[in-house]
Amino acid sequence: MRTRKLGFMTAAMSMAGALVLATSACGGDDSGSAGSDRPVTLTYWASNQGPSLEADKQVLQPELDRFEKQTGIKVNVEVVPWSDLLNRILAAATSGQGPDVVNIGNTWSASLQATGAFVPFDDAALAALGGKGRFLGPSLAATGAAGQPPTAVPIYGMTYGLFYNKKMFAGAGIDGPPKTWEELIADGKKLTHDGKWGLAVEGASVSENAHHAFIFGQQHGADLFDSSGKAQFDSPQQVAAVKQYIDLMAVHKIVNPSNAEYANGTEAIQDFVTGKAAMLMWQSIASSVKAAGVSEDDFGLAPIPLPDPGTGGRQVNGMVAGINLAVFQHTKNSDAAMKFVAFMTGKETQQTLNKAYGSLPTVNDAYDDPAFQTPTITAFQQILANTAAPLPQVPDESQFETLVGTAMNQMFADAAAGKPITDGYVKAKLSDAKQQMTGGN
Amino acid sequence: MVVSTPSRSGAWRGAERGGGDGGGGRITRLIPVWLRRAGLPYLLILPAVLLELLIHLVPMVIGVGMSFLRLTQFFIRNWLAAPFAGLGNYRVAVDFDSAVGAALLHSFLVTVAFTLLAVGLSWLFGMCGAVLMQRPFRGRGVLRTLFLVPYALPVYAGVITWSFMFQRDSGLINHVLVEQLHLTDERPFWLIGGNSFASLVVVAVWRLWPFAFLVLTAGLQNIPEDLYEASAIDGASWWRQVRTITLPLLRPVNQVLVLVLFLWNFNDFNTPYVLFGKSAPREADLISIHIYQSSFVTWNFGSGAAMSVLLLLFLLLVTAVYLALTTRRRSRA
Amino acid sequence: MREPRWLPWARVIFLGLLGLFTLTPLYVMATSALKPLRDVQGDFNWIPVTITLQSFSDMWRTVPLAHYFVNSLVVSSISAVASVVVAVFAAYAVSRYRFRGRKIFSVAVLSTQMFPGILFLLPLFMIFVNLGNALGVQLYGSRLALIITYLTFSLPFSIWMLVGYFDSVPAALDEAAQVDGSGPIGALLRVVVPAAMPGIIAVTIYAFMTAWGEVLFASVMTDESTRTLAVGLQAYATQNDVYWNQVMAASLVVSVPVVAGFLLLQRYLVQGLTAGAVK
Repeated sequence: MRTRKLGFMTAAMSMAGALVLATSACGGDDSGSAGSDRPVTLTYWASNQGPSLEADKQVLQPELDRFEKQTGIKVNVEVVPWSDLLNRILAAATSGQGPDVVNIGNTWSASLQATGAFVPFDDAALAALGGKGRFLGPSLAATGAAGQPPTAVPIYGMTYGLFYNKKMFAGAGIDGPPKTWEELIADGKKLTHDGKWGLAVEGASVSENAHHAFIFGQQHGADLFDSSGKAQFDSPQQVAAVKQYIDLMAVHKIVNPSNAEYANGTEAIQDFVTGKAAMLMWQSIASSVKAAGVSEDDFGLAPIPLPDPGTGGRQVNGMVAGINLAVFQHTKNSDAAMKFVAFMTGKETQQTLNKAYGSLPTVNDAYDDPAFQTPTITAFQQILANTAAPLPQVPDESQFETLVGTAMNQMFADAAAGKPITDGYVKAKLSDAKQQMTGGN
Repeated sequence: MVVSTPSRSGAWRGAERGGGDGGGGRITRLIPVWLRRAGLPYLLILPAVLLELLIHLVPMVIGVGMSFLRLTQFFIRNWLAAPFAGLGNYRVAVDFDSAVGAALLHSFLVTVAFTLLAVGLSWLFGMCGAVLMQRPFRGRGVLRTLFLVPYALPVYAGVITWSFMFQRDSGLINHVLVEQLHLTDERPFWLIGGNSFASLVVVAVWRLWPFAFLVLTAGLQNIPEDLYEASAIDGASWWRQVRTITLPLLRPVNQVLVLVLFLWNFNDFNTPYVLFGKSAPREADLISIHIYQSSFVTWNFGSGAAMSVLLLLFLLLVTAVYLALTTRRRSRA
Repeated sequence: MREPRWLPWARVIFLGLLGLFTLTPLYVMATSALKPLRDVQGDFNWIPVTITLQSFSDMWRTVPLAHYFVNSLVVSSISAVASVVVAVFAAYAVSRYRFRGRKIFSVAVLSTQMFPGILFLLPLFMIFVNLGNALGVQLYGSRLALIITYLTFSLPFSIWMLVGYFDSVPAALDEAAQVDGSGPIGALLRVVVPAAMPGIIAVTIYAFMTAWGEVLFASVMTDESTRTLAVGLQAYATQNDVYWNQVMAASLVVSVPVVAGFLLLQRYLVQGLTAGAVK
């Protein structure tokens, strides 16, 4: 009898033991949520802006320390790689567990707004940050659906420009950046020789492709969504826009077919920075330039050529890109979180961080720093202020990026393989993408 | 912790009650033993059952429930508020005239082709390797060990190395094909376009043939040596021995091995994800990646769940038919 | 066994080709790790022109690799051990007892191998969140959640293999032990487990490797403090530049312990499979 009972006990105990062991060894993660008697601690997910996760942390930490000194609020920052960020935000929104404050790509604003997981910035909240007028108009426009209070506030501003390699241009006898698309192609052809290429693109990057589809779509007067929010990716104008971009490789052959393989958002920059390509349509490349150990003076920045005003398109050559800061509804420290938002949009923080990342401050009063008077920054600022348009602020925006971007990956792959890229082909791919927008409303 | 507490107290109570009942004669004394005897196997499988329930079964039931909802970003915070879609998600998924259905069908067919090739080649390589190494020779142990390395490597480490080798400009494959063998002038792409399918198969076979080899090597060791000796006395050739002894005796091993390889390949997410990233080329759009795109990346969880359920049903069907067929043949043989 | 004359040649050729196929990636991994960055960006070279250990020291700075390494080690070893403990008990029940539901249990457990991970990723995530809320601890993002998840991933195969192995241990052995006064559990621990050691080691290796290599669940269920190598290694590709040499060096470093362990213990794996599953 006794031994039998012991048998039972041993079985149960060892099972329990195994699991208790597991629990005690690993359950001890500090959840970071603060009790009422402890000093307030915020958790902050930052996006990867600099050359590496570690480098980002080194940029942010002194600022966070300064915040703690000012307010007594400690901020635990985690720099989340772009490949994970949206999934992680989604998981946090679904579960109500996650950070208090988070960086979001500004193109996700309306999509994330639809989840209802974020604290809306009503007029009172904006007033606490210095009022609407303090912020750069275009950046503030990319913070959620029109007519609703912003779901986030902009912290880093960015747009697209055309970088060009001054030495390569001089070597090819070209005296300045192209002013029209035709010039860009002609220059590209002159620059393409001996393993060097006119232009580099990130041909397998879903988001880069989608952004260019949008910019050139604007130039052709296309709207991705009609007034009722229905997708219309395959309008003749949009087809022409996408084809214009793919044709750089397919028809004009000024883009290395290898670019069709570039997926992680760094390889095109590398080609440009290392002189394998003479032009690049990109956002800030400052940190890559620094990492490569070359001088920023070797490169010039011009606006992407605008279309001929007579063609009926819009005078747009950039999108309002950038990073917004959002506060989760589920935060238990909303006051502290709002203080942190005020800190991050404060003049000094804006200057320090945007200088470090090579991005544009999103508040007007930060521009008095001479660091933002360089030719590159000034050029970007001009584009952002005058000829940049925000991506459609609709909940389905992220589906647009995924579906159209993926379709364009395919087009680049086919172009690189030498297949002809016809209007009909582009239209068929875009129609497919449109039809897959079955979710949402 | 969650699992252990009830199981332990349950055991206690069972034992106490059993002891209490056992007052008098032989028969009543036997009852607790019998009770415990009957209860013990359940107690033993209890942790496994609870864990499977927690990690596999309950989530799957929830997943099936999700497939009937129009679950998009509007409702992820409160699933219950998501509108009931009925069979809507399924209807879209199997409407092969629509873009969604057509893409799913395409991805399904790609996966079938990929699985057949990967399983077939892995099995063939494993079988040939195992049979050719059945007799001892110098260096056999070392070779055997080396052959197992790809299986031992973490998936991402192996696959990431392949993705480096497949790079168009800096990879080994094009270096060999173009620079060394001069087979083509134009450097082909391996990670995008039509070739990406071949790349995927190569990587999958590289990773899994060692497993087939391992299992079959173990299987061969179970075949008694005297069977070969007896047939050798009868004058059977080597090839005849392979056909009449090795293959039939390996049949039960093969039955399980092929099934496992099939399921692994069909559900494989890691290989294409590490090789291609979140958006696989159309030609290599395996179903698990496709569903990932249809739910996580496009925020349409209901539709992704419906596709997964269809996939699950298909796998159940194939497995059932396969087991029925192979088991019947085996018992007849 | 009479071998045809062509067989030795066929053997050499076939095994040679197979060896080439199998080992080339390993060679590439090892040599590229020793190259400086510029040599992995141009055309491929079989033999490194310049050899440097730079990438082995740089890789720890580019990505907090050591931290991920520890996480992977903790998660994989605990889940492997726990999985084997659970599997041993379950397999013993299936092997030694004829109870109602035995067949259903075996089939149900094996059939979970078929579940597409993508189907239960989000629901599982929700379960951890709610369970965590109910218990007042944060399960999601913790190593514990990952451990529990991984241990069930290897359970089906482990149980199935151990059942085969236990079947091969004569029942007379544990009956004798029970006559000597051990309970069934005593018999299991004192007689069956030692006799089935190769099978148990084999299953442990399998469970460890399963956890060490998993990508999908790790990408959603970890945060910075619990991130495993499977996810962490991909961070090299999201940097400013694709540091292929560092990627290869890191792959090499994270592979060496698993491969070494696997190769040291592989004879148990063959033994375990021989006596157990493939019988």
